[in-house]
Amino acid sequence: MKGIITVLGKDHVGIIGNICIYLAQSDVNILDISQTIVGGYLNMMMIVDLSTTQKSFTVLTDELEEVGKKSGVVIKIQHEDIFHSMHRI
Amino acid sequence: MITRSEVHETNKMIEDSNLDVRTITMGINLMDCAHEDIDKFNEKVYQKITNCAKDLVKVGDELARQFGVPVVHKRISVTPIAIAAAGCKADSYVSIAHTLDKAAKAVGVNFIGGFSALVQKGCTKSDEILIRSIPQALQETDVVCASVNIGTSRNGLNMDAVKKMGEVIKQTAQLTKEQDCLGCAKLVVFCNAVEDNPFMAGAFHGVGEKDCVINVGVSGPGVVKKALEEVHNADFETLCETIKRTAFKITRVGQLIAQEAAKRLNVPFGIIDLSLAPTPLIGDSIAEIFQEMGLEEAGAPGTTAALAILNDNVKKGGVMASSYVGGLSGAFIPVSEDHGMIVAAEKGALTLEKLEAMTCVCSVGLDMIAVPGDTSAATISGIIADEAAIGMINNKTTAVRLIPVIGKKVGETVEFGGLLGYAPIMPVNTYHCERFINRGGRIPAPIHSFKN
Repeated sequence: MKGIITVLGKDHVGIIGNICIYLAQSDVNILDISQTIVGGYLNMMMIVDLSTTQKSFTVLTDELEEVGKKSGVVIKIQHEDIFHSMHRI
Repeated sequence: MITRSEVHETNKMIEDSNLDVRTITMGINLMDCAHEDIDKFNEKVYQKITNCAKDLVKVGDELARQFGVPVVHKRISVTPIAIAAAGCKADSYVSIAHTLDKAAKAVGVNFIGGFSALVQKGCTKSDEILIRSIPQALQETDVVCASVNIGTSRNGLNMDAVKKMGEVIKQTAQLTKEQDCLGCAKLVVFCNAVEDNPFMAGAFHGVGEKDCVINVGVSGPGVVKKALEEVHNADFETLCETIKRTAFKITRVGQLIAQEAAKRLNVPFGIIDLSLAPTPLIGDSIAEIFQEMGLEEAGAPGTTAALAILNDNVKKGGVMASSYVGGLSGAFIPVSEDHGMIVAAEKGALTLEKLEAMTCVCSVGLDMIAVPGDTSAATISGIIADEAAIGMINNKTTAVRLIPVIGKKVGETVEFGGLLGYAPIMPVNTYHCERFINRGGRIPAPIHSFKN
């Protein structure tokens, strides 16, 4: 199962670092990262592989939310199927 | 591979345009609870509902977190009580309404529908008991919704029931006048009621359905409005195409949630109902879509055409996105639940007569309309008859959810709170129709019902 992580907020040093450390500790492998910074605001998307983690989706959601709060950004993780359903026939 | 713009588009729909899964409604058959002792019947009903729906709220919340799309309501519909309780030796079904209320609260859902009777051709003894029990049942319970189907295109209209329902609506208003006649907001009178509608207050679990089934209602007037902003001055072809594409995307989300919910609850998937159901929030309004299409206010000349375009293209987009589209699927036009409609009604741009015309092309009918408290039962019956006639002749569902607000007159407003919103009291034509309503009997089935 894959998850899509989105990060939105004011850019500063270490946001992606913090997320990557958390993901590594949770045994979540990163498959793809892309990001843009417009007007000082970071907009990032990650595709991650959730098949190796022991944590439940709900736990990951809560903990990533916490990681985001500490960095002053909003982090969301969603099951990839919602995007597949909406944009692929 | 999913692209960033696709992720962005989906999340913008959710965060900025109020895209949500409006309801996961579990339909539960209660026919196997039949018992001649009403206390035993109540016991079996409580057991069955709390057993079938024990995980409904939990699964709904889990799905919302996992896919990042709000699942606003978790609800239950049951077999029309007039059918399920027909074997009971009782002269009131109020205790059953209490059981439904208790069971719904025990599993944490916010509405339970099915305190209903289907009387399009005539009333059984049980139907009569149910209809008689409605005012007290709605007064004494919080989350129970009642509906009565008084006509179909196949059978014509039961005018005795139309007359009776005018009186029942007035009694319900009277009994709940302390709460601004809130009871009437939980009571719908239908023509051509559908058996798999997940939306309240008119949901019930039809007799042709499985024992337990999951129906999902998706919404998103805000998403359609946002999409139309992109094609501000384009021609009608582009307008229709944009609505269709948007409806497709919204329905796909519903389909995903419905299938997942069905799998996790181990209950078969029934249908997706794609209905643009507004809420009182700004940016979640059907009237705003009309304005975006080019009308100054809802109710202006052109509104019926605009609604017809919206309703038809929502269906066209929806049917391709899901294997089973059902329920009411289209656009709802409740007045009190849509801030743009409220403003239009307050300004006098939107009248009851225009709303009636709009119901010829919307997916339901006269919905959440507050009228003066001194409106007579016969006048309400007259409005029901008009609305039902539109449904019967045009082969569509029509409904009436009117609230005669006791003690209030035109120009005043009534506040229901929450999703039910608030509404100005709208003027009603005061010419009488008593002699017409008092004729009694049935209006025969229309000519085009003879299809065999």
